[in-house]
Amino acid sequence: MARLVVMGGGVSGHTAATFAKKWLGNDHEVVVVTPNSLWNWIPSNIWVGVGEMTKEDVTFPLAPVYAKAGIDYRQAKAVSIHPNGGTNSDKPYITIQYTGQGKEGQTEEVAYDYLVNATGPKLNFDATPGLGDGNGQLGSNTVSVCTADHAVHANEELQKIFDKAKTQKQKILVGTGHGMCTCQGAAFEYIFNIEHEARKAGVRDNLDIQWISNESFLGDFGIGGLHMKRGGYAASSRLFAESLYSERGIPWIIGAHVNKVEAGKAHYELLDGSMNEIEFDFAMLIPPFAGVGLKAYDKDGSDMTDQIFAPNGFMKVDANYAAGAYENWKASDWPRTYQNPIYKNMFACGIAFAPPHLISKPMSSPNGTPINPTPPRTGMPSGIIGKTVAHSICDLIKEGPNAHLHEASMAEMGAACVASAGKGLLDGTAAALTVYPVVPDFEKYPGLGRDLDYTFGEIGLAGHWIKHILHHMFIYKAKLNPGWTLIPE
Amino acid sequence: MKEIEKYVKPYDANFTTMIPTGFVKYMRTCVIWQIIRFIMINIKMLIVVRKSHG
Repeated sequence: MARLVVMGGGVSGHTAATFAKKWLGNDHEVVVVTPNSLWNWIPSNIWVGVGEMTKEDVTFPLAPVYAKAGIDYRQAKAVSIHPNGGTNSDKPYITIQYTGQGKEGQTEEVAYDYLVNATGPKLNFDATPGLGDGNGQLGSNTVSVCTADHAVHANEELQKIFDKAKTQKQKILVGTGHGMCTCQGAAFEYIFNIEHEARKAGVRDNLDIQWISNESFLGDFGIGGLHMKRGGYAASSRLFAESLYSERGIPWIIGAHVNKVEAGKAHYELLDGSMNEIEFDFAMLIPPFAGVGLKAYDKDGSDMTDQIFAPNGFMKVDANYAAGAYENWKASDWPRTYQNPIYKNMFACGIAFAPPHLISKPMSSPNGTPINPTPPRTGMPSGIIGKTVAHSICDLIKEGPNAHLHEASMAEMGAACVASAGKGLLDGTAAALTVYPVVPDFEKYPGLGRDLDYTFGEIGLAGHWIKHILHHMFIYKAKLNPGWTLIPE
Repeated sequence: MKEIEKYVKPYDANFTTMIPTGFVKYMRTCVIWQIIRFIMINIKMLIVVRKSHG
């Protein structure tokens, strides 16, 4: 009997673990180690953040789902990896520290035959002074929608602003809280949902709503933007993004590295090197992501973290990390199997794998400050990669070490994305987008990097209906309800 | 077009962007049209999803 240990129970880890258990059956063991007791459909957190959904609407308990699936669930955080075993055994293992199940604080060693790192990101609030509290958590100057609890808090603060806006002007700032952030999409959705709710509440005229982000142009979204066929043109996402911001009366600051946050004030550096500040009454600034801080130790206890993890804390996989300058980047730099190059029984998926480089063109200010979006690895690609990794590991277990590994390069897969611009059965809107491939391939598609037949986008009520249906569909799938495997990632 | 009058100022950043006309905005929430778009978008997305699942 082989044992697969999956670290992380988010979109990618949950997908990997549940498919692996389905394919392996009871002949082999699947263990999930995740510090959370609840599964969270993160794309709907923005609706919690404006009071249109509750925490209960976007989460469910993991324990009964894993019990039903026959998955060994440990509510714990992974602390370290020992790929060569320890002093008493050559068997590789990880150490975990419980966060629940009545064993809070206890540590344990969990041996594995195969390991999947799907630990997701550390929300690195402290990378920006004043954005965090100094202990790695969200500080008191801004709010966040990165977790369901954060979103509940964000809505509480937002409602106070809406109340004040009945009688006086209020300033709202939404965007990215550091020059190296990803997840502009979540901030994009949140700012337009705030604007939509403000109209419904009759306070829009008293709100100055401002966008700030590290993108070099609106509509970059960390994927270098995209082009869509429209009116006989291949039109840039910049046109559509700027149009939407203009239509909704939201001015934008772009190319910004927020370098300090105080109560009611954000300081930022622009790509031209200038230093600026902006005041706010309410701010939601996405933090940069980093690896969760896993360590790796050799058999003798020596630290070998730098062999397995990139400096940003994400796990090295079969990517080309020596591509160099932007001009040298190729689609083939991107990983295909997500297998660690040193330890073939170790894989990483979702946000946890180290990308070879950015997708957007690197930018920096004259002061040397890097200001560019980092690559998104969430949503549909995250689920597909998780399933692909599970497929490879199942084949390795069943067919032996020479089994063919399955592949899912982000430079060869597309993504469907629905970004809400306001919730409502008849007055909601969302931008429905597909992009193919996620990572532009300028050799295969010279000029624009993508296939215009499969890259499109439009905004409207239909997009909102799709986002709402996806909310229910993916929670249904994640609960492993009947027919769950028929719903694509 | 009230939004244009309200938000767009000459030579501001948003002066050089596309601004949707009233007709375009109406069609975004026109239920009949959006039902058609719902079907079309789903078909397009399913094609991309199918292509991406190897």
